[in-house]
Amino acid sequence: MRLVLTGLVAGFFSALFGVGGGIVMVPLLILAARFSERPAMATSLAAIGLIALVGTISYALLGDVHLGYAVVIGLPAAVGAVAGASLQQRLTTPVLTFGFAGLLAAIGIWLLV
Amino acid sequence: MDEIVIAIGLGFVAGVFAGLFGVGGGILFVPTLIIVFGLGQVEAQATSLLAILPTVAAGTWRQHLYRNVRWRAAAVIGTTAIVGVELGVLAAKALPEATLRRLFGVLMLAIAVQLASRARREVS
Repeated sequence: MRLVLTGLVAGFFSALFGVGGGIVMVPLLILAARFSERPAMATSLAAIGLIALVGTISYALLGDVHLGYAVVIGLPAAVGAVAGASLQQRLTTPVLTFGFAGLLAAIGIWLLV
Repeated sequence: MDEIVIAIGLGFVAGVFAGLFGVGGGILFVPTLIIVFGLGQVEAQATSLLAILPTVAAGTWRQHLYRNVRWRAAAVIGTTAIVGVELGVLAAKALPEATLRRLFGVLMLAIAVQLASRARREVS
C-alpha cells in the first residue's frame, strides 16, 4: 500500500516538473516504506526507468523528443551513473543521507528564490 | 562545438548524481537542454526523459550487481507512478506554476530536514 502511494506521489510531481520522480521517491521509500538508503536509491532508479520509458513514448508520438541531444547528454550520463553507483557503495549510510538531504535542500532553495 | 563539450560534461555530472542518489538526472538535464541547446520547456522535458533511459539502465544494472534493487517494489512503484503522472498533468493545468514551485520547494526543504535528522540519529 505504501509502495502504491509512493508511486502515485512520485508520478504526480514528476509530471509537474518534468523530472523522473527520484527526488520524491527516494525519501518516501526511506521515510514511509522503511527501506534503508541503498536499496531505496537502487529501487528508485529501476522504477524511474519504467516511468521514463512510458513518458518518452508519449512525448515521442507528439514529436517533442530530440534524439541527437538525448544521446549527447544521456550517454555520458550513463557512464557517470556507473561511477556514481560504485561511489555509493564506498560511502557510509549517514554520509549518503546527509548528501541527499543537501541535494534536496539545494533544490528547495532554488525553487523558492 | 563548445555546447557539445559542456553538454557532455553536465551529462556526466548528472549521471554521477543519478547513480549516487537514485534520481534520474532530469533535474540537471532539463536546464542543460534549455540553456545550452536552446530547447523549449516541453521539448527539454521530453528529450530529458529519453536521456534518463540509458542513465537509469546503467545505474540499475550496477545496483542490481550490488544486490540493492528490490524489483517487485520497483514494478509496483513504476506502474502506479504512471497513474500519478496523469493526475499531475491535470493539477499542472489547474494551478498557477508559481504556486506549484513554492509548494514543491517547501516540501523539498521539509524532507531534507527529516532526512538530516534521521542521519544524525544514525551517527549518534
